[in-house]
Amino acid sequence: MAGLPILSIITFLPLLGAALILALRSSDSTTRLIALVVTLADFVLSLVLWANFDTSTADFQFVETADWLGGGIGYKMGVDGISVLFVVLTALLMPISILASDAIHKRVREYIVAFLVLETLMIGVFCALDLVVFYVFFEGGLIPMFLIIGVWGGARRVYATFKFFLYTLLGSVLMLLAIMAMYWQAGTTDIAVLLDGQHPFPAAMQPWLWFAFLASFAVKLPMWPVHTWLPDAHVEAPTAGSVILAGILLKMGGYGFLRFSLPMFPLASEQFAYFIFTLSLIAIVYTSLVALAQEDMKKLIAYSSVAHMGLVSLGTFTFTQQGIDGGIFQMLSHGIVSGALFLCVGVVYDRIHTREIAAYGGLVERMPIYAACFMVFTLANVGLPGTSGFVGEFLTLLAAFKVDTWLAIVGTTGVVLSAAYALWLYRRVIFGRLEKPSLRDIMDLTPTEIVCLAPLVIITIFFGVYPKPVFDVTRASVAHLVEFHQQAIAQANATEARP
Amino acid sequence: MMLRDLQVLTPEFMMAVGGMALLMLGVFAGEHSHRVLSRAAMVLLLITGVAVVVGQGVAAFGTALIVDEFARLIKLLVLGGAVLVLWMSEDFLERARIGRFEFPILVIFSVLGMMLMASAGDFLTLYLGLELQSLALYVLAAFDRDNVRSSEAGLKYFVLGALSSGMMLYGISLIYGFAGTTSFAGAAMSLEGGAASVGVIFGLVFLISGLAFKVSAVPFHMWTPDVYEGAPTPITAFFAASPKIAAMALFVRVMVEALPGAIDQWQQIIIFVSICSMVLGAFAAIGQNNIKRLMAYSSIANMGYVLVGLAAGTPEGVQGILIYLLIYLITNIGVFACILAMRRGDHQVETISDLSGLAQTRPGYAFVFAMLMFSLAGIPPLAGFFAKFYVFLAAVKAGLYPLAVIGVVASVVGAYYYLRIVKIIYFDEPAPVFEPKMGASLAAIVAASGIFTLFFILVASPLVNVAAAAAASLFP
Repeated sequence: MAGLPILSIITFLPLLGAALILALRSSDSTTRLIALVVTLADFVLSLVLWANFDTSTADFQFVETADWLGGGIGYKMGVDGISVLFVVLTALLMPISILASDAIHKRVREYIVAFLVLETLMIGVFCALDLVVFYVFFEGGLIPMFLIIGVWGGARRVYATFKFFLYTLLGSVLMLLAIMAMYWQAGTTDIAVLLDGQHPFPAAMQPWLWFAFLASFAVKLPMWPVHTWLPDAHVEAPTAGSVILAGILLKMGGYGFLRFSLPMFPLASEQFAYFIFTLSLIAIVYTSLVALAQEDMKKLIAYSSVAHMGLVSLGTFTFTQQGIDGGIFQMLSHGIVSGALFLCVGVVYDRIHTREIAAYGGLVERMPIYAACFMVFTLANVGLPGTSGFVGEFLTLLAAFKVDTWLAIVGTTGVVLSAAYALWLYRRVIFGRLEKPSLRDIMDLTPTEIVCLAPLVIITIFFGVYPKPVFDVTRASVAHLVEFHQQAIAQANATEARP
Repeated sequence: MMLRDLQVLTPEFMMAVGGMALLMLGVFAGEHSHRVLSRAAMVLLLITGVAVVVGQGVAAFGTALIVDEFARLIKLLVLGGAVLVLWMSEDFLERARIGRFEFPILVIFSVLGMMLMASAGDFLTLYLGLELQSLALYVLAAFDRDNVRSSEAGLKYFVLGALSSGMMLYGISLIYGFAGTTSFAGAAMSLEGGAASVGVIFGLVFLISGLAFKVSAVPFHMWTPDVYEGAPTPITAFFAASPKIAAMALFVRVMVEALPGAIDQWQQIIIFVSICSMVLGAFAAIGQNNIKRLMAYSSIANMGYVLVGLAAGTPEGVQGILIYLLIYLITNIGVFACILAMRRGDHQVETISDLSGLAQTRPGYAFVFAMLMFSLAGIPPLAGFFAKFYVFLAAVKAGLYPLAVIGVVASVVGAYYYLRIVKIIYFDEPAPVFEPKMGASLAAIVAASGIFTLFFILVASPLVNVAAAAAASLFP
């Protein structure tokens, strides 16, 4: 274990797989097989990473460094309690996405290669410990995603993919300028050094930097009112693209808050916390209402994602152990649950070729296994106790309650609304009488689809009942983050109090 | 004394003598010697490149010509660009029946002018180098003399170029009048301390106008789209590559070495020109359907980004400029090699819709084309990202935040039209395939630029260090 650059291996293994596929010019079925083997191997490696992760410390672990651009900008990788589980989540969703892509028959090799490259870039985002390296991974992911939506997407794919790309790019370039300003201020882009508390950014500079980072993460998370790219991108993306988009890409925003905004700009974070709360609450209530009105299944789930991500930003900016733990858990859980819901939509879409809710009804008669799986994920989406969705929601709302009762009251209405749209969706699609002639011969899940969904069902229920393994990992790092934040605020107040 | 001066100038002499020798050879051998002469010119350029690398000395004829690290790097870029253009133009020129032996000769003489520009340490050398370069380029633009568009391009370029040269000369005379010397170092010394006089500022404005014309920065960019579109494609590739680099090098040297005392004045002008170029380049390219015209606006925008580095006026800025120019050169040569391969049967096609579905008919070619477009848009991990990264890094250090913010936002707008090409290549239904396949030279250039674009990230560090050393030589 020691000495082996495990993070680099996990990060770049999929890229090697992609290179192998291109070099072999393999047939479609071999390509899928290679991709599956590579992503599964990557998942196993990520589990090894988790198993070897030392939960007692908040320090970065498995750190690797190498010279790169010089002048304080180097290649550095490492994980702590906040990031390690996102690596596992990414590696978990990837083989499932590959399996769920059986319906793709057009330009399969390019499709698989795009996904493998995307996996490298996504894992890199969570492992990077240098701002420039982080930025390269963060924005590099746009290229494969642009192609995935644009080539293999639905009817309005061009519009959706341009919107996705340009929105995200606009946010990111402002963050890039902030990274440059931080570099000249601190003389390094090493994240671990910037986080050690020895290089606080001047109070006057923090709001600017904070807003520049917000521009990027708010688009990515996404927060109201810059969420409008998400429903379009989700609806047009192929099923696996939606899974990755909802499951992982959105998490980069929340991860960014935890990694950069909170610890690096504590004063600005504190100052603008209510700004974030307001946007989060609007997202929770407004997008939940919008979700109620949707006719398209994917769009409904996309809006529900925005609402759930609102809870993440709400919890994160409470600066409490529960809030942040809850936010991380909510992100992980949402990654699994929303990914699974998109898979469920994909299952029926592959059969009937429509996402229109009105085109379905009474599926339970022909598809009992499907109905059961869909049920689990719907309830997890609602946040029913016993599913993973509950834990995150509960903790974030608990933390919000401590900060301000009203936050929790408004936030909780979002939970109520989520029950309304999710259960209503379920009722309209699954229950009722199977009357539509097009549905009469619909088949239940195939073995491949069961293999895709079964692990997600198990994870959803397991972590809903027993979330401790996750909190074991996050506890030390989050505690450090919270303590660090309080110290910074106390320090600033002390300097202010001094004449 | 004299002999040592000549020794310092060995590369330039090799070019001049070699060029004349090849000219005579061409006259005797006649029209059909194009290919041989082209190859010979490439060898000459390469040998000159070696001479530049091993050359000794720092200055010749007082400070009239300066051979520092900066000049060496620029000369290598210029020579490299010229070699690649000669290589990729052979087949094209023969097919278009303009494979005349004057082509390589004209390229050699314009490169000689550029080498003088890169080394200029005096306003007179500056002007001589610039004119030698420009005269050769005017002829090149009109090289397809039986074609109306090409002749128009040449004429337009000539008239506007002459005008800008006149303005520049006027500016130089004003600066000379107030500084009392034509040497950069002397001008810098006499302007040191105290506010720059009105006369010098006047001269400065005219000088910058002339230089902005040569690098096609807004508001002196009007000639660019027409000349780019009208000139034969390999010649357009040449325009986009070497002359831009030489003119930008000259721009940098004049501002940093001759007029450091007036930085407060010229910085404002450069910021304005830079913002205009980036914004106009980004917006005007959106409506273009001709790929060469689109690349013209792209180069206007690119020059705007380079000027961001100059606006900083610091060693970091110059370092950023050099990195930018290197990446810009290779990316642009790659794009134009891709454009040269756009032909069906005997005729060349130029509209971007001709690229439809290229990813399905020619996947490798399409992949490189798309990567070059992403690189031009500045998306990591491709080379173009690092180009923009270093110029903006310098601008942020110099505290030019509004410039940096407008610049990056303009780059997002610019990303739109690069993405549009990717969209046409990857998302649209295939148009008739390009036949015949690209020749070996084009394929090699396309592949090399693709590899450079993808893997620059791995070799960034040594190149950045070279650029840093070259930039340091301008700031004693």
